[in-house]
Amino acid sequence: MSSPAPAKAGLYDCRDAYVATLEALGAADPRVVAVVNDSVGSSKLGGFRDKFPERLINVGIAEQAMVGVGAGLANGGKIAFVSGAACFLTGRALEQVKADCAYSQANVKLCGISSGVAYGELGPTHHSIEDVAWLRTMGDITVIVPADPWETEQAIRAAAALDGPVFVRISRMGVPALPRPADATFTIGKAEVLREGNNAAILANGTVVCRALAAAEELAQQGIAARVINMASMSPIDVEAILAAAQTGAIVTAEEHSVRGGLGSAVAEIVSQNQPCRMKILGFEGFQPTGSAEFLMERAGLTGPSIASAVRTLLGR
Amino acid sequence: MPQALAERRPDLAQRVLHVREMARWIRKRALRMVFEARQGHPGGDLSATDVLATLYFDSMRYDPGQPADPARDRFIMSKGHATGALYSTLAKAGFFPEEELTTYMQPLSRLNGHPNRVKIPGVETNTGPLGHGLPVAVGIAIAGQIDRADYRVFVITGDGELQEGSNWEAAMTAGHRKLSNLTVVVDRNRLQQGAGTEDTVGLEPLGDKWRAFGWDVVEVNGHDVEALIPLLDGSVARSRPLCIVANTIKGKGVSFMENKASWHHGVPNAEQYAQAMKELDA
Ligand SMILES: Cc1ncc(C[n+]2csc(CCOP(=O)(O)OP(=O)(O)O)c2C)c(N)n1
Ligand SMILES: [Mg+2]
Repeated sequence: MSSPAPAKAGLYDCRDAYVATLEALGAADPRVVAVVNDSVGSSKLGGFRDKFPERLINVGIAEQAMVGVGAGLANGGKIAFVSGAACFLTGRALEQVKADCAYSQANVKLCGISSGVAYGELGPTHHSIEDVAWLRTMGDITVIVPADPWETEQAIRAAAALDGPVFVRISRMGVPALPRPADATFTIGKAEVLREGNNAAILANGTVVCRALAAAEELAQQGIAARVINMASMSPIDVEAILAAAQTGAIVTAEEHSVRGGLGSAVAEIVSQNQPCRMKILGFEGFQPTGSAEFLMERAGLTGPSIASAVRTLLGR
Repeated sequence: MPQALAERRPDLAQRVLHVREMARWIRKRALRMVFEARQGHPGGDLSATDVLATLYFDSMRYDPGQPADPARDRFIMSKGHATGALYSTLAKAGFFPEEELTTYMQPLSRLNGHPNRVKIPGVETNTGPLGHGLPVAVGIAIAGQIDRADYRVFVITGDGELQEGSNWEAAMTAGHRKLSNLTVVVDRNRLQQGAGTEDTVGLEPLGDKWRAFGWDVVEVNGHDVEALIPLLDGSVARSRPLCIVANTIKGKGVSFMENKASWHHGVPNAEQYAQAMKELDA
């Protein structure tokens, strides 16, 4: 499949890769259906609706029913992609996610759109910076946080191929296509080392991976070799890659998520019990004030220079 | 606690005139906020304005200097995206300075896209996710009933918002407990975010649904201030909760925004803004 064009010069809205992939899957497999909560526009599913009108199920503004209906469609043999703003899909329907999807092992694909702080000025009700923490603790649901359009496509394909519940966190904040070898593959449960280095390791996912790479570039110029690891697969998580990172002695995690319960916590759970090393967890501290997504990212230290500075602090340099 | 206008000035024509003037001001101010912030929800701001203006400038008892006065009437904007209209109303009512409206959605402003009671006086509970206002209002109304207090509780919900099941759970409790101090106004503009309500998940027969849940139901033109006043001013004693189905026009007052889903969160360009202001002044 050819990638959709970037929304801004060099920057991609991962929703475009999501819907292009879903349309391709829908064309190949009549079992693929989409379920939405008055979110055809915000999920960019107008194309899917026009191609497969019968397979777009809009339950209205009713997230709890949306997730339950997704589980029911799975029971009826469909591969249901449930798409809504990440904040409402996870927050409002959390018990449906837990009981109907994870605990029931329903073949439902939950696609949380415009996750993190993408909704900026609309405030904490619309930010989704708790979702990974909530879903990760359930254990029985796969959680993927793709970093760019290629990985979004891979994550959606992997989710469709897997018989079981999956949550994919889909940002709309502009991200570049990450540099990868032509034979790169995506595997659920595997981390992706994007840059080698043994002085420190930066573990990031989603929209922050490109910023971690920028940090490593800056650090390299200062003689610090930082490994950059893309932790798209949050559950299951790549324990081996984390323990190898701990051997550098210094880990900075960076995520567009709360500092409580997300990537940083997941890494700390493993490191602290197996291979203690110094760590800094970058992300959001609680509810965020008014501001654009980029303003909030900068304020939380989720920029290349801030991540680099956190690495230097850990190394005492 | 100052009296509501309804209590002070018995002349209906004067009351209507006053509310209409306030509504005109709110519409213009809300639109300016959306225009300057380059985001917002003008369609739903404009459809709810006449009800809001009637509540705050005729029916409700409150003292902006004592926003936590236990005797106050309570209002909850359950369709929390309508902050252009809500913030304009609260500023005009004196809860915070009008000049602060220029900070709408600016970095670190307390006026973000959805209201925050922790920061803004006059806001009773934080909304934004749809379907939260009515359950909280039911709780306030039960507290008032326990305390034999005479304050009243008002909620504006969107019509699309009524697809959320939480509303019906709360409506059932309100009907069961005969919460006569509770009024919900449904902003029945027939549009939600992406399309018409009846083309998405139909609500009709809407009045019958509320009746079946034990509510009194009145249908009214939600832009007819003269008709809204006697429904909201407490002049009729009630024994059950009241649902006012306010038939409204999304984008009311700006010809090119009226009844168009695209203005749910559309932002006018300079030319459209000038045109809109002209129409609102006419
Ligand atoms: C729980 C939840 N789901 C989805 C949304 C996104 N959303 C914001 S406004 C809106 C449409 C609301 O329509 P309606 O209630 O009719 O309001 P109005 O027409 O007055 O703007 C939607 C779906 C939300 N804010 N909360
Ligand atoms: Mg509506």
